[in-house]
Amino acid sequence: MGILITGLLLGGTYALIAMGLNLQYGMSRIMNLANGEILVAGGFAAFWFWTAGSLSPLLTIFILAPVAFVVNWLIYVIILRPLVKRARSRGQLEVDAILTTFGLSFVAVGIMLATFGGDYFSYSYLLSPVELWSETYALNRILAFVAAVIICGALYLWLNISRAGMSIRAIAVSPDSSRLVGIDVPKLAALAFALGGAVTAVGGALISTFLTLDASTGVIFTLKALVIVIMGGVGDVRGTIVAALLLGVLETFVARLIDPGLTLAAAYLLFILILLFRPQGLFGRRQS
Amino acid sequence: MKKRMFLKLSASAALALSIGAVQAAETLKIGAVAPKTGGLAGGAVVSFWPNVKLWAHDVNTRGGLDVGGTKYMVEIIEYDDQTNPGETIKAVQRLATQDKADFILAPYSTGLNIAAAPVYARYGYPMITHTAISDQVEELSNKFPNMYFTLGGASGLAEGVVDVLSAMKANGDIGNRVAMVNVADAFGIELAERAEPSMKAAGFDIVYKTSYPLGTQDLSPVVKGAKDANPDAFVAFSYPPDTFGLTKQAVVESLNVKAFYTAVATAFPAYAGANGAAANNVLGAGGVNADDPDFQAYMKRHEEVTGEKPDFWASGMVYASFQILEQAIEATDSIDRKVVSEYIANNDFDTLMGKISWDENNNNSAYWTVGQWQDGVFKGVASTGREGAVAPRLKQGWE
Repeated sequence: MGILITGLLLGGTYALIAMGLNLQYGMSRIMNLANGEILVAGGFAAFWFWTAGSLSPLLTIFILAPVAFVVNWLIYVIILRPLVKRARSRGQLEVDAILTTFGLSFVAVGIMLATFGGDYFSYSYLLSPVELWSETYALNRILAFVAAVIICGALYLWLNISRAGMSIRAIAVSPDSSRLVGIDVPKLAALAFALGGAVTAVGGALISTFLTLDASTGVIFTLKALVIVIMGGVGDVRGTIVAALLLGVLETFVARLIDPGLTLAAAYLLFILILLFRPQGLFGRRQS
Repeated sequence: MKKRMFLKLSASAALALSIGAVQAAETLKIGAVAPKTGGLAGGAVVSFWPNVKLWAHDVNTRGGLDVGGTKYMVEIIEYDDQTNPGETIKAVQRLATQDKADFILAPYSTGLNIAAAPVYARYGYPMITHTAISDQVEELSNKFPNMYFTLGGASGLAEGVVDVLSAMKANGDIGNRVAMVNVADAFGIELAERAEPSMKAAGFDIVYKTSYPLGTQDLSPVVKGAKDANPDAFVAFSYPPDTFGLTKQAVVESLNVKAFYTAVATAFPAYAGANGAAANNVLGAGGVNADDPDFQAYMKRHEEVTGEKPDFWASGMVYASFQILEQAIEATDSIDRKVVSEYIANNDFDTLMGKISWDENNNNSAYWTVGQWQDGVFKGVASTGREGAVAPRLKQGWE
């Protein structure tokens, strides 16, 4: 029971890390390698507001989300849209986007170094034990899990019920045909990208309450997010959630019952197995 | 209009004058290569870069280095090696051949120093390392006679922990149950391997032992596992992100031990900042003689000039290594690398970390091994022959 809850809490963290990338890669087809830097920037903002203004990260995210949304929207419109326009195939767009966002990630690291310095930043927020079924858990992790549930649930409902959400899912399936039925593809792709950025930044703010970050740690999160998105199936919110929880539970299970040294090996074993037997991901659509 | 013209003229005149004044003194080009990005950037921007700035500031506000009556201002040429040994080598080569640096400060961290050592040797630069911790000092100094070691060795650091715990055990303060974990990376593995036999020889029972991968995002299984083993002491040979993570998790689990040790970055000001009162009486790698007036003056200057606080281990040693270079240049009245190198090899140096002298392997054999946060200051509690150690205290909960 304890293992399961610890694992689910870790899975919630992973979902926060990966959900934004899923929106960006799945919906607007931008493989954003600067995703981790957006996450770290969100964490920096939370740290700064907390240490300078004692503003709780829970309030910071309401400032952070719109700011991150606008910043990511601008990144998409100014830097990435030209790539989308000139790309002749999905493959070409992917290559161009990877190279561009890889460059962007360096720019982002540089900006963060210049503004915040390269020091580790870590603070204690809601670092109090909560007892559930005679096991203790950190309150800040539970909080991040709850936030992950809310964010993922809201996204899922929005994508399935609202008109804009369904249009976004349509462009995820087929951008060309969507245009035939009157969907404004460029606008919605930008919206999905910006939304993904906002979700990532909010995730970063929540994660910074229990993880120690520095300006250069973004790439670790990008990699983790990539693994989860691909495991769950590109462009499917459910897939990302399931993959994140699965990974969290598996890693905790291995760490507690076998050896903490084998968590990475177990995670990548799962990744390889999924790639072998379901290359499109758990919930992915087989590409024709 | 006229007024503006006058201002312009006077400004340019002042500029010309000041350029003239600067040119009257010679400049000494000093190269600095260390991470500003990449995995070790978090450590280098605390321990290394601010000291480069501080040292240049100190020397230049004093009017420069005095080399036989001529004043030399120092000019720092900085390169970011991205925590990539290949880049360190390239940058050192570039400093030697393109920038024609007169001296090059040693790079940051064990791995990057070892990678760059052959280049320093080839161009004849003295290499006074400040953050290289190795047990291969003998081999390295035979191969590179210009390479010096100041911060200590892995076995010393590991033995220090065992000594501190043994003293506590001898006093009857703790029992013999130790939980020992390490990060699965060169540093953590080496220290754990050294510590284990010494722990056993000292009569400790290692009741929980494990390693975890670098960058593990949830350390609660590690701390829960340790807690289940009911240890008297918790020892983690950890790296910066996990040093923070283990501590936070220990707070959550209220891991009830009388001695709690985490390794790298425990001595960082950010550690006390993040953990507040919970940091009190935590043991960690390193330490300084925090009551020494020289060190206190250094701390004050460091904060005034760079706006950052130094850490309580490597920071002081980084600055001390620059002091050694500075003293050698002024004592020999020479900027000839050969002459300076020879002086370094054959003399002792008074630095802010105390006296530094070399053994037969160009190693400073008296170094700090364990420190402890005591009421907001990280004080040295164990060393291999340094003065000023204070008595270690027992950890009393996490409040």
